[in-house]
Amino acid sequence: MKAIETLLAEHDFFKDLEPQYLELIAGCGKNVRFDAGQYIFHEGESANEFYVIRYGQVALEAHDHRRGQVTLQTLHEGDVLGWSWLIPPYRWHYNARPLTLVRAIALDATCLRTKCDEDHHLGYELLKRFATVIVDRLDATRLQVLDVYG
Amino acid sequence: MVELLEQREQILDPMRPEPFVIQRVGRESYDTFTVELAPRDPYRTFDFAPGQFNMLYAFGVGEIPISISGDPSHPERLVHTTRAVGTVTNAMSNLKVGDEIGVRGPFGNEWPVNQASGHDVVLVAGGIGLAPLRPALYQVLRHRERYGKVVLLYGTRSPEDILFRSELERWRARFDLEVYITVDYADSKWHSNVGVVTKLIPKAPFDPLHTVAMICGPEVMMRFTAIELQKRGVSNDNIYVSMERNMKCAVGFCGHCQFGPVFICKDGPIFTYQQVQSWVTRWVV
Repeated sequence: MKAIETLLAEHDFFKDLEPQYLELIAGCGKNVRFDAGQYIFHEGESANEFYVIRYGQVALEAHDHRRGQVTLQTLHEGDVLGWSWLIPPYRWHYNARPLTLVRAIALDATCLRTKCDEDHHLGYELLKRFATVIVDRLDATRLQVLDVYG
Repeated sequence: MVELLEQREQILDPMRPEPFVIQRVGRESYDTFTVELAPRDPYRTFDFAPGQFNMLYAFGVGEIPISISGDPSHPERLVHTTRAVGTVTNAMSNLKVGDEIGVRGPFGNEWPVNQASGHDVVLVAGGIGLAPLRPALYQVLRHRERYGKVVLLYGTRSPEDILFRSELERWRARFDLEVYITVDYADSKWHSNVGVVTKLIPKAPFDPLHTVAMICGPEVMMRFTAIELQKRGVSNDNIYVSMERNMKCAVGFCGHCQFGPVFICKDGPIFTYQQVQSWVTRWVV
């Protein structure tokens, strides 16, 4: 079985991260799996972890009283799930529901935040990577708002 | 003899609509329909290339350009898929089997299906844009051995907007074709991708250095798709888009469809992104 550190190194999100930081981050991680339909988290719950998806597909959902659960976006192998752990008050904004079997690495938020506070270079590296993810998702949302198939 | 000459004149006059009879009308979605037409003249066939369009005339209402969505290897049957959004398309959506439509065409150039030989082929469709790309896919699949990977990326607003559902299912079942569908929003019954079609590009299986991409959809969608393809490393010369403007005569006389230095009807509608890139980001062209 591969070590968490090796699995993280193979993931796009951590590509080219210095080995000592991979080791630090891996210390906060564990392997997890979710069955299809088994919610990973719900809106409003504490964001105690974030997830590096290794296999499967996850729907990010919001509840709308008229339409029920609305899927806003799907995430796949190679994506990261969740950035609410970075920003106070550390609560999930949406629901995350696996559409298939999902294998992921869960990274403990408190552990990571502590390490980032202790080592600002690590914090900066992680923030840069999350900023890319956030900008990417903002772009995607803008295109959805633009209604590009109009 | 006179009859033959008249017939020949009719064929050669690009401004004269020929009567075609509706053979079948099919509903693709709540606002999109497909009509299958046959020429009133039983000896007439209708050869066309993937990407070409016809001017369809709803008698007494008006004429509009519509891309051909059928199989080029079946020239005896002319197929058009369109959305009922204006006066003419609404009138057409009310026509029945046996009614007639005037047809001028085919006009315009074609998707680079032959030039793509030896390459991976990526087709990116947005909304109704799948209809003009379908003939290209038919042709690629007919000569599947000539190509590397073949990928279809298709985005629509919602699952209800997906066109050619049964055909998409058949395509998805093939081992030699990768089909990815995404929608902008969906309820929890939808078990596939949600997000814009551009987001499928980073993970789609193709070799960017040996890929020909063909994009069809609204201009804004094509622009952002081309940007994502560029990011993957596909060159502008190998990215093809199907442009749309207000086409009236379809033969480059009237000037309605002028787009920068070209006429969409005569020089297009298919262009490399290299040719149109500087024009698609301008507000007025």
